[in-house]
Order: sequence, then structure tokens, then C-alpha cells
Amino acid sequence: MACRQLWASRAASYLRISVFNRAFSSVVKDLKYADSHEWVKVDGNSATVGITDHAQDHLGDVVYVELPEVGTEVTQGGGFGAVESVKATSDINSPVSGKVVEVNEELNSSPAKVNSSPYEDGWIIKVELSDSSELSNLMDSEQYSKFCEEEDSKH
Amino acid sequence: MRGGLWQLGQSITRRLTQGDKKAVACRYFASEAELKKTALYDFHVVNGGKMVPFAGWSMPIQYKDSIMDSTLNCRENGSLFDVSHMCGLSLKGKDAVPFLEKLVIADVASLAPGTGSLTVFTNEKGGAIDDSVITKVADDHIYLVVNAGCRDKDLAHIEEHMKAFKAKGGDVSWHIHDERSLLALQGPLAGPVLQHLTKDDLSKFYFGEFRVLDINGSQCFLTRTGYTGEDGFEISVPSENALDLTKAILEKSEGKIRLTGLGARDSLRLEAGLCLYGNDMEQHITPVEAGLTWAIGKRRRAEGGFLGAEVILKQLAEGPKIRRVGFFSSGPPPRSHSEVQDEGGNNIGEVTSGGFSPCLKKNIAMGYVKSGLHKAGTKVKIIIRGKANEGVVTKMPFVPTKYYKPT
Repeated sequence: MACRQLWASRAASYLRISVFNRAFSSVVKDLKYADSHEWVKVDGNSATVGITDHAQDHLGDVVYVELPEVGTEVTQGGGFGAVESVKATSDINSPVSGKVVEVNEELNSSPAKVNSSPYEDGWIIKVELSDSSELSNLMDSEQYSKFCEEEDSKH
Repeated sequence: MRGGLWQLGQSITRRLTQGDKKAVACRYFASEAELKKTALYDFHVVNGGKMVPFAGWSMPIQYKDSIMDSTLNCRENGSLFDVSHMCGLSLKGKDAVPFLEKLVIADVASLAPGTGSLTVFTNEKGGAIDDSVITKVADDHIYLVVNAGCRDKDLAHIEEHMKAFKAKGGDVSWHIHDERSLLALQGPLAGPVLQHLTKDDLSKFYFGEFRVLDINGSQCFLTRTGYTGEDGFEISVPSENALDLTKAILEKSEGKIRLTGLGARDSLRLEAGLCLYGNDMEQHITPVEAGLTWAIGKRRRAEGGFLGAEVILKQLAEGPKIRRVGFFSSGPPPRSHSEVQDEGGNNIGEVTSGGFSPCLKKNIAMGYVKSGLHKAGTKVKIIIRGKANEGVVTKMPFVPTKYYKPT
């Protein structure tokens, strides 16, 4: 996308019109990120999981979130639910292993919270960690921003 | 086209779940360089179009507006779509009509000059090769538009039959309008805005009609048709004038008509109950099964004379075994290939297109079920990721159509 944007702004200056420069999606500093675009916030033995701003931006309007049952065992990299947008279905993978202790029931009636507040009100599940050493397999905010940039430029 | 718009349009989001990222990235990198670009490609990019591979073309799936907002705005104000990837074609010659009638189900002979219809190209088994809007420009000139994803096979099919037809002394030839671009202008403001750009009176120009006229200073082929269920037009414009016309339309609408991508186009056509070839209609599906019996002209039902007529006429007499229907459902939105079961859990069919309706704010879908279970109100289960969800067979269109017809 980087190349194309440069080209687009050249074309735009030639055509004397303004270009909308897409801001890079936001990340939150203290979270950890999976390359499948989920985030995890760890507090002691409890981990809150959601999808990133980058992911919700690419998905578009979220219209349904399929939540797991409380008590379900999840594993790092394994799917536990799905996000449905107007245009697509995407599986959600767990960035950590453990047991689901809480799900965000609010998303049943307001799935669009995943778009409007991906890192706060749009959280999806809370997991009781079974192996906190797995966190080292995840990216920090800086690495994840770079990862998204690279992925977008490949596209 | 197999698999439909979403799979093709989802190169990024699909990677949410992709295991082998490198392979995927390479594949897209390689294919993107080979994609064809429409005359408006640069304009799309400058206007924030998210370009995706679609049927061999790089096309905008959406712009800055979300698909939800774009869909709603089309019904409230209007949309402008670049559909230049679709293939416009003219058949000319004094035998153009009898030639085309061998390949399609429409009563082309009885169309008045300057009018057209949706039709289906059939194969020997009565299955659909493609759907197409055909227009009789004059008795010796047919204009038609076929799907981008079917272009190669359609042209090969037409060419093969044209050779045989000419060998027997038939007078027909074709011209593929690659020198032209195609814009679809749809929604309640389509008429008023286009009227600003032409001296022709559009108030007496009705749904299904065709005219060659001057729009914004260039000679255009105008058809009052579309793929959204709204009133609107498809404008075939010389490619060198396409950008000017696009800008003029957007300007005259004072920003109310918005550039709209393939994403909203799919939501709109689904709400209007219209088939997407490759999803809702395929080689093995007949027009009768697809609910397009109305498009088989009366004379054609009596005489046949098109490919697969025996199969189709038999189905008309006996009734088809499966039928295309609409569904409402709860739970996650059904998608193509979701299984449909009766209340007892027996397989009765499959969803071919589905999603969340931006206008109705609920799930809508279309698909095929066994005849007898096709009546509106029939309760069904739609299976999504192994779970059964409540559904009900529903009449289509889901959103009332607003075609411009004489009152």
C-alpha cells in the first residue's frame, strides 16, 4: 500500500485534489499481539482477549460475534469463535492457552462494539492462563505495528 | 467467480486465519501485477478505493464509507459503480435475433426495438452458462452485457455457435465493446442527476429500455436497469470520457451520490433478491430452478429451439425438483454453502448467498431447497459451524424494488 499511496498522492497533486491519507491503525502499548490479529491483556493469571483495531478495520461493520461457552478450553493459536462482518466471516484464534472464565455477553446485542472499541468495550473473552510462558511467542505493540505495515504493503 | 465476491475480496481478512502467510503473500503479489485495470482505476485509488482482485480485474470493494453506510446511501440517495469489468457486446446482422434465440431463453423476436430483458444463456442440459441483460437496439442489432467472470467462456460459447451459424449462411457478426467503460448509476437520485447531463427527456424512459444518446458530451448507450433493486441506469461510455462523466455525476449530485464498491453492490443485489452468477446460478442449475421461469418467453415455451430446451420444457411441465428461495434467519449470517435442514434435521438444500441486510438489520439469504419445502413460511434450520439456527423460507425481494415503470 505504501507504494500505491505515494503514487496516489502524486496523481492527486497533479489533479489538484486532496488525498485521504489512511492513518495506521492504533495499537495499545501494554498489550501483546498475535500474528492472526488478536490482542491479549494479562493481569496476573487472567488474560482478556479481543481483536485488534487493524483487524476490525479490515473486517468492516461487525454484525455478529460467536462466543464460546464459559469453561471451554482454548489453546494458543487455536480457534474459539468467529466474527461476522457484512462482508466476511473470520475465525478468532486464542493468543493464549487456558480456560474461558468469562465471555462478553454485551456483544450478543451490540456486536459493533468490536468496531467502536476494539481494546475496551469490544473485548471478547477472559481466559485463566494455563501457561504464561507462551506470552513470549507474541508481539509487543511496536512489533505488531510493524507487522501490520508490512502486511499492508504486501497487499 | 466460483466462491463469490467475499472470498475474492477478502485477501486481507482471510489472512486473519491463514497459516502459511508467505505463500499467500506471494500468490497475491504475483497475481496483482496481472490484474486488468479499468479506465477509472486511478480515480478509485485517489478516492480511497480498497482495490481487490475480482474476476481478473483490480476493482474497488469499498471506498471510505463502510459497506453498511454505502448500502443505505444507495437506497436513500444513490450510488455510482464502475462496472467496466463487465463485458459489453453487440451482435449485428439481419440474423442476429434468430442466432441469439438459439442460445438464450428470451423471446428476442418480440422485443420492441429499444427494449430489453434479463435472460439466461443455457447449455445442452438446460443449465445456466451465464445470466445477461440483452437489448434489442434494432432488428439487426442486439446489445448485451455479460459477467466479467464468465467473459472468456461466454465469448467462446457464442463464437463457436456463431461459426456454425455463419457456415450455414446466417448473417451475424459481433463487436466486443472493449473501447467502452460501463457505469451503473443507481438510487432515487439517479434519474434527476442524469437528467442534468442530457437533453433527452428521461421521464418517459422506463425500466428495461435502451437508448443511444448524448450524455455529458459523449455518445452513450443508456439502459434503465441495474443490480440493486433501485431505479437507475447502466451507462456505456467511451473510455476516454468515462472519468469526466464520473466526475460530472458526482458533482451534479452535490455529494449525495457516492462512489460505491462491489461490497455494497453485493448487499444491494441480495436485498433485491437478484442472483449472483457463480453463487446462486451455475452450470447445473436451470432457469426454472432459479426462479427465472418468467424470463422464458411464451413463444419459447411453445417452440423451444434453445440449448437444453427439452430439459427446461420438461421441468416446466412437471415442476423442478429444487427451487431457489429466500430465507430470514437468526444467529450468525448464513453464507454460501451453509446447509439447510428441515425441522427434523434432514438435509433439504443449501444456501448460495447470504449475509446481514444493512437495510433490514437482520440476516437474509437465498439458496435452493427441495420442491414442496419452498413455500413462504416453511420453517428450516440453517447450519453454521456445526450449529443449527432458526430460519424461515421467505419471498423475495427482501427489500421492495423501485424500478421506474409507467404508472
